[in-house]
Amino acid sequence: MRISGDKIAKYVFLAIACSAIASLLLIALFILLEGLPFILRYGPWKFLSTSDWRPHEGAFGIAPMIISSLWITAGAMLIGAPLGVAGAVFLSEFVPKSVMCIIKPTIELLAGIPSVVYGFIGVMVLAPLIRTNLGGPGLSLLAAAVILGIMVLPTIISISVDAIGAVPNAFREGALALGATRWQAVRMVVLKAARSGIIASIILAMGRAVGETMAVIMVAGNTIRTPHSALEPVRTLTANIAIEMSAATGMHRQALFATGVVLFVVIMILNSLAMAAMRRKGGR
Amino acid sequence: MRVPPKYTQMAAITLLGGATLLTLAVLVFIIAFVLEKGLPGVTWTFLSAEPQDMGRAGGIFPIIVGTLLLPLLALVIALPLGVGSAVYLCEYTRETRLTRVIRFGTDCLAGIPSIIFGLFGLVFFVGILHLGWSLLSGGLTLAIMILPTIIRTSEEALRAVPYAYREVSCSMGATRWETVRRVVLPNALPGIVTGVMLGLGRCISETAAVIFTAGTVAAMPTSAFDSVRTMAVHFYLLAREGISNEKAYGTAAVLILAVLLVNLAAYWMMHAFIRRRAR
Amino acid sequence: MSVCRLTSIAVLLAGMLMYGCGKRAESVTLAGSTAFAPFAEKLGSLYMAQTPGVRVAVQGGGSTVGIQAAQQGTAQIGMADLVKLPPEAEGLTAVVVARDGIAVILNPANPVANLTMDQIRGIFCGTLRNWKEVGGKDGAITLVSREAGSGTRASFEQIVGQVKLSAGALVQDSNGSIRETVASDPLAIGYLSHGLVNAKIKAVTVNDQPCTTEAVMADKYALVRPIYLLTKGSLQGAAQSFVAFILSEKGQAQIRQDGLIPAK
Repeated sequence: MRISGDKIAKYVFLAIACSAIASLLLIALFILLEGLPFILRYGPWKFLSTSDWRPHEGAFGIAPMIISSLWITAGAMLIGAPLGVAGAVFLSEFVPKSVMCIIKPTIELLAGIPSVVYGFIGVMVLAPLIRTNLGGPGLSLLAAAVILGIMVLPTIISISVDAIGAVPNAFREGALALGATRWQAVRMVVLKAARSGIIASIILAMGRAVGETMAVIMVAGNTIRTPHSALEPVRTLTANIAIEMSAATGMHRQALFATGVVLFVVIMILNSLAMAAMRRKGGR
Repeated sequence: MRVPPKYTQMAAITLLGGATLLTLAVLVFIIAFVLEKGLPGVTWTFLSAEPQDMGRAGGIFPIIVGTLLLPLLALVIALPLGVGSAVYLCEYTRETRLTRVIRFGTDCLAGIPSIIFGLFGLVFFVGILHLGWSLLSGGLTLAIMILPTIIRTSEEALRAVPYAYREVSCSMGATRWETVRRVVLPNALPGIVTGVMLGLGRCISETAAVIFTAGTVAAMPTSAFDSVRTMAVHFYLLAREGISNEKAYGTAAVLILAVLLVNLAAYWMMHAFIRRRAR
Repeated sequence: MSVCRLTSIAVLLAGMLMYGCGKRAESVTLAGSTAFAPFAEKLGSLYMAQTPGVRVAVQGGGSTVGIQAAQQGTAQIGMADLVKLPPEAEGLTAVVVARDGIAVILNPANPVANLTMDQIRGIFCGTLRNWKEVGGKDGAITLVSREAGSGTRASFEQIVGQVKLSAGALVQDSNGSIRETVASDPLAIGYLSHGLVNAKIKAVTVNDQPCTTEAVMADKYALVRPIYLLTKGSLQGAAQSFVAFILSEKGQAQIRQDGLIPAK
């Protein structure tokens, strides 16, 4: 009786373990079923490379949105990654433990603040600042990149702090004993050892930035045009789906699901590139 | 000409400290901004009354209820699935092709943006399964969304339980299932709670997927088939439609306090748990 | 132990949630036009106050969602605010419950007070790019439009005629966000449901006609679209009496008070 009960438990757990895969396949299946026929009919190259998006006239080119998504993500990483990693290093290596105990939960609390709040602050505070000081309509690529850069800070900091904390103390002591300064020990030993965790935090943050929707809709301006400067308003792939989905039918709806397919692929490419990079560097 | 290490260290610390201060200043500014504008509007009436005039007046009681129910439902669905998956991966199998596929799938699922979950929920739960915009559609969608988080954190927690515990339990004649239930899971609980809190936080702050699947009706739900509105969605609608900035900030302040409370509760629970086990 | 207890509590809770659906109040679901949804919500709460035991749920989503929802039965009543109903609405019963003016709005700091229909067309097509071309101060025009698929945008473009929206236009997905964007940018122009005009922005006169309830009732203001409630087959029970309530004197008076224009 006992043994067969254990067998049953095993198969129940196996079935449960397949739930994630099943959901992934289900999601991929549905998005592909709705989007892929459209891409094939319209022509993949035409869909990806033309820049005219006029759903009611049968023009569906998403090149400007792909470019905007990439720019915004790059901008957000340019702001978020150095600040976040610097913050994590400083907090875990140069700040007393007691201070750290207060600061880390505060930062984790910030990860729980809805993106719409960040977006709203972007609209109320950042966009007017950009409009009056730098020109343009304020709602812009720059505003979106800054807001996303701030939004990903808690993710980068809290995961990087964990990674740095996991480096054995003996590593630091060894370096210090060899006559290194604190900073040399951090730069040459601790950061090297914690590298894969820090890279992982940046990848996670990047995923969040590419996929963020509501905050971007609020601050990016949603203009369908390839940007020539950071002050121009732009529309991302996610914004395109969220803005037009509710009112779309027929071809238009399929084209939005096709946008979802492209977003899916972009994210998979980013993730696997990052994973590969992490394996190569982490393995050494 | 080499700069002495002492000076590079000073320069590095100044730079890092500056970056940290900037980061903290921005983050503190955001919290202070919201609380300063929102807290004056948070009164007992605001918390306990129904919204009136599209949210321009009255309170947010049904919205608080919605914010409690929706993540709760998502957790009820995702927790057994997530912990179960982790138990299978850690306790019942070695590294095989199947586990690699499962891990790869989990990672992929974790990378999918919430808007895609929203699209899927809209087509599958709202449309094909005819659940409509409802608590149930929203809960199921969010459950899938937080599943990878819970699997990953639970797996980490299970792996952190020393192998000797399992050996001792098995050597005393316990079956694998008994070992998992009596020894491994209780010891992994703090880690699992962390995952639950992370998932809860993601549910509470999600907007796009919730609007697509749970709808936006700001009334008290009477069943799982009624639409609900969460605080994040309420804030979005109020601020976005320019209905009332005052009530929007009030909602955001309550939301931040709620997230704070959830975090505190998690810490407290974990510490209480660790103390009890230490005895 | 506690894991088991947690699980059983969870299952119990889920069961209670499911059980709730056995004894729910009679409900009327409306979905569609974001422009009319807030008014429908208000009418709904008035109706619920006088008819206990009925639950009116209003869902936004846009006119197209309204048509789909009514066709598929996701909602008993679809809301659409289009000048011309699209072919997808075939087979649905359409009732005009109100009319709505579309106001062309500017930032209050902008001295321009009147625009002709041709100027509006030029601005939104992107051929007029500077405010001084239409009698204002020197400054590039910031165009703000609704998203493709919006009923307000479709109606606006149909009435103005031959609008091919300039590629540089900002796109906002609701009346409110159009208003907020125009309110914060001194060089912006947008359009929205006239019931939502407030002190933060100003509505220009179009061909010298102000966007007021009176001008619309007298058929002088050109930018007007009807608001339809769409239903599949004949209505019964609460849904029917809710529509009747909206069309009643009390409902129409409320519509007028809120800034929409009564059906007739």
